[in-house]
Amino acid sequence: MLSALLIMSGIAVLLGAVLGYAAIRFRVEGNPLVEKIDAILPQTQCGQCNYPGCKPYATAIAAGEADINRCPPGGEEGIQKLADLLGVEFKPFGGDTNAPKPKSVAFIDENTCIGCTLCIQACPVDAIAGAAKQMHTIISRECTGCELCVAPCPVDCISMQVIEEKISNWKWKYPVFALTPVKQ
Amino acid sequence: MSEYLMILLGAVLVNNIVLVKILGLCPFMGVSKKLETAIGMGAATAFVLTLASGASYLIDHYLLAPNGLGYLATLSFIVVIAGIVQFTEMYIKKTSPTLYQVLGIYLPLITTNCAVLGVPLLIAQNQLQYTLLKSLWFGFGNAVGFTLIMVLFAGIRERMEGADIPAVFKGSAIAMVTAGLMSLAFMGFSGLVK
Repeated sequence: MLSALLIMSGIAVLLGAVLGYAAIRFRVEGNPLVEKIDAILPQTQCGQCNYPGCKPYATAIAAGEADINRCPPGGEEGIQKLADLLGVEFKPFGGDTNAPKPKSVAFIDENTCIGCTLCIQACPVDAIAGAAKQMHTIISRECTGCELCVAPCPVDCISMQVIEEKISNWKWKYPVFALTPVKQ
Repeated sequence: MSEYLMILLGAVLVNNIVLVKILGLCPFMGVSKKLETAIGMGAATAFVLTLASGASYLIDHYLLAPNGLGYLATLSFIVVIAGIVQFTEMYIKKTSPTLYQVLGIYLPLITTNCAVLGVPLLIAQNQLQYTLLKSLWFGFGNAVGFTLIMVLFAGIRERMEGADIPAVFKGSAIAMVTAGLMSLAFMGFSGLVK
């Protein structure tokens, strides 16, 4: 009885130690910079940066292929964080990039909708409910306002509706200020 | 030498792990829809089964049998196999990403495969006859048998995709019937090796 217990716990402790050691010794590291950039991006996967999602955009930034000011959902605050992380200068929205719009959600005019499911396929966050030849509708809680569903709609029944700021949904704004080098 | 040949022949054909011992049916049915996945699964199993046979032989021979703890075989083999598979997975991931891409997704699946547990238990039952080398060889032979059956069965199933099968037999039903017929065919090998 005692030897059985000893042998089983011996095996378990030995294996645990080996696995614990192996987890440290054989750890495979991804690119840590990409992970850090990806953590700053808002994860809306909206594609407004012209990359398929936040992770590819983060990879492109890390590789130096993309500017840091291509993410409208992240806002100026996001650009500021990226600038701090990468040690580059703050770059405002502008030029070929689209500035952040007021927060809005998509809305389907249900009288016009023909149930083609094209917008469902476009939605990156599965915020559209519906089936073929059935009327679709948007789950506004899930919608990130990325506008990807607007273009595919053949009958143009999707519009973006601005969310007004009310007492019920108002949130404290983080202060945003650009860092400037100190003059000496 | 001829003894090793007999072990191999016996493990691959006569006492085939899948069709005669009826072990490891889960991957046999589950991963045999395509030839590529069947080969990947077979290779990963060969890897794990050989390692597991050797390790569990050592455990049984030097730890359990001298202390009269044969009843712990199942329990300790499960623990040891799971540990070895985890370790191997980490090791492969670090040292050979290419091999990891081929075997990686199958390795965790195999951890609790009953064929992988069954072969070490068979070795433990037979411990007076087997040495470490023979155990490794027996494990490898069983893995070859497993891979052979997986590849054969996957080939047949790929053909059946295009065949005109009556509606009631489509899918798993005809696969079961096929497996049964293959098992019958393998009964023809019984008696080839004692």
